[in-house]
Amino acid sequence: MTPPAHGEPSLPPVFKRRAGETMAQIPKEEYILETTSACPGCSSSLSLRYILKAAGPDTVLVIPASCSSVIQGMYPNTAVNVPVYNIAFAAAASCASGMVAGLRRAGRETKVIVYAGDGGTVDIGLQALSGALERETDFLYICFDNEAYGNTGMQRSGSTPLGALTTTTPLGKIHPKKEIDRIVEAHHPPYQATAISAFPLDLFQKVEKALTFRGPSFIHLLAPCPTGWRFPHGKTIEVGRMAVKTAAWVLWERGQGRLSVSAPSKGPLKRPVPLQDYLGMQGRFKGLDPALLSRLQQGIGTNREAILAEAERP
Amino acid sequence: MKEIVTANYAIAEAVKQAVPGVIAAYPITPQTEIVERIAQYVARGELACDYIPVESEHSAMAACIGASAAGVRTFTATSSQGLLYMHEMLHWAAGARLPVVMANVNRAVGPPWNVWADHTDALSQRDTGWLQVYVATAQEAYDTTLMAFRIAEDKEVLLPVMVNLDGFLLSHTMQDLETVEPGSFIPPLHLPHAIDPAHPAAYAPLTGPKDYYRFRWEMEKSMRAARRVITRVEKDFAGRFGRRYGVTEEYRCEDADILVVAMGTLAREAEVAVDRLRAEGTRAGVMRLRWFRPFPTLDLTGREVVVIDRDYSFGFGGVLARSLCSAARIEPFSVIAGLGGQEVTYEDIASFVRERRPGEEYWFGVKGDV
Repeated sequence: MTPPAHGEPSLPPVFKRRAGETMAQIPKEEYILETTSACPGCSSSLSLRYILKAAGPDTVLVIPASCSSVIQGMYPNTAVNVPVYNIAFAAAASCASGMVAGLRRAGRETKVIVYAGDGGTVDIGLQALSGALERETDFLYICFDNEAYGNTGMQRSGSTPLGALTTTTPLGKIHPKKEIDRIVEAHHPPYQATAISAFPLDLFQKVEKALTFRGPSFIHLLAPCPTGWRFPHGKTIEVGRMAVKTAAWVLWERGQGRLSVSAPSKGPLKRPVPLQDYLGMQGRFKGLDPALLSRLQQGIGTNREAILAEAERP
Repeated sequence: MKEIVTANYAIAEAVKQAVPGVIAAYPITPQTEIVERIAQYVARGELACDYIPVESEHSAMAACIGASAAGVRTFTATSSQGLLYMHEMLHWAAGARLPVVMANVNRAVGPPWNVWADHTDALSQRDTGWLQVYVATAQEAYDTTLMAFRIAEDKEVLLPVMVNLDGFLLSHTMQDLETVEPGSFIPPLHLPHAIDPAHPAAYAPLTGPKDYYRFRWEMEKSMRAARRVITRVEKDFAGRFGRRYGVTEEYRCEDADILVVAMGTLAREAEVAVDRLRAEGTRAGVMRLRWFRPFPTLDLTGREVVVIDRDYSFGFGGVLARSLCSAARIEPFSVIAGLGGQEVTYEDIASFVRERRPGEEYWFGVKGDV
């Protein structure tokens, strides 16, 4: 099969499913082994499990400094059953650019997936990401966003939401969350989506879909973090579901310039449950100043309206 | 075929003949001609290579790392601030044991802004695990670049190589160049640890205190082996193409009582100074140091030494002079000259020798308080 041109899907019609129509159809192969060193309840290692099931064995993960540098295990052991290329904090997207070029030059179609945290994406890695997107690098970039610098003990990042307590915002963050999706959108990647570990089928399908495009794809994955967000580690899925129900996190995808709201977000986008139901589950929003709460609500409302407007655009 | 070209052109020509699979680079004065020429070769189909026009030098080196890890030959070029911006990734390329080859056009470091020749940019990267070589002619820039790929990719080395050339004095000066057909001189790259999804592995994972030092020791073993490999590759090059350089290049040193030691173009200027000094009856010679890493073993016993540094390590001294103090156990007259393109003529160099004060340091041009 000849490789598709940039921006074109290789599996017509658009968004055709290969395997995972239902959870039962998701491949049984495991690429994340049982002995990761993740915190209990970590949604990042759970997400990575489904990401690699969708990508399959002919895949390289490029991982900058992040929780995932640790989760994969310590030399000489590894809990990941595909090649993992660890790289410096600011260098994930640029390293991946060279790797894709090198692999294609060597005649290989191996998929290159960057798996970077929010710090490595929206802050220190933003320049390299922007360059790689602009150069139409043939890769999938996944930002697992736990809304703080998790690996160093939960300091604020540009992706930390307004009002959230972190170790460097002891009175709550006074700046709103950076809108990385709009920054990425401005580069017009062929495929862009949001996801969350609480909806693994949706995540699986989006990764599968993203990898059918030639050129850059971007998935922004919200990663509820029991350690950093201060909720019991058995509640990761509940917190994730509540993020979607309150429309604090909206699941959508944009392929070939067209945005569609994903099934789990269709109802909540029009009739969200009160935001307090999501914030109240997490210690990081404890004692949130009413003025900050109101600004936070306003921001989430604006985002919701923008997504609805784009989805309903004829 | 003989041409009259700049050293920048000579480097681009050597890179074309080595046929890297991926080149990632960011332009900076005075390196620009190298990357412009390479971009032209690629655009015209004269070089089958991916040229990645990255958005920074940090990304240039990161992209070379990614491509090299995939098992293809890589090259980049930079200078001064660009080299400093790469610093983190220089350590990464060497630690990841990737045979990246880079031309660095030596230029002063700001502030204040200065685009002229100075070695502090490269010498401040001396502990990154890169091999460093300093050239003095366009022909040598060309020949050394070809040799750099062979040396870096040797299975006993597998460390990156930085080819240094003086900004403007060499990069922009027209000299004659004889190109060669490298043929089997540079065999195809076989990277033993290239990424292979059929054999999944974790590259550079978290490594604890019980194991980390082993990887550092492996690097040092390869640095030591590089001394042998450099000699072997230079010998093979001389056998095939007739040009021989060596770890140091010596001029009228056999019977010399006084040696001028320097790197790059200053050492060639010193050859004229030595001719003048000999005419006056002073038996002087020039030892031009080519390979700074690995640092060579030199026997300078029984000679007076004048070292000229186009660089400085603040609070310590000239980097070359201090390196020779420790490696060759000598107390040279240390001259700091040529910083940021400061003009240094053969007459100046002759006067450094005439007025030498062994064990002391002298800043050329500074009066009174040294």
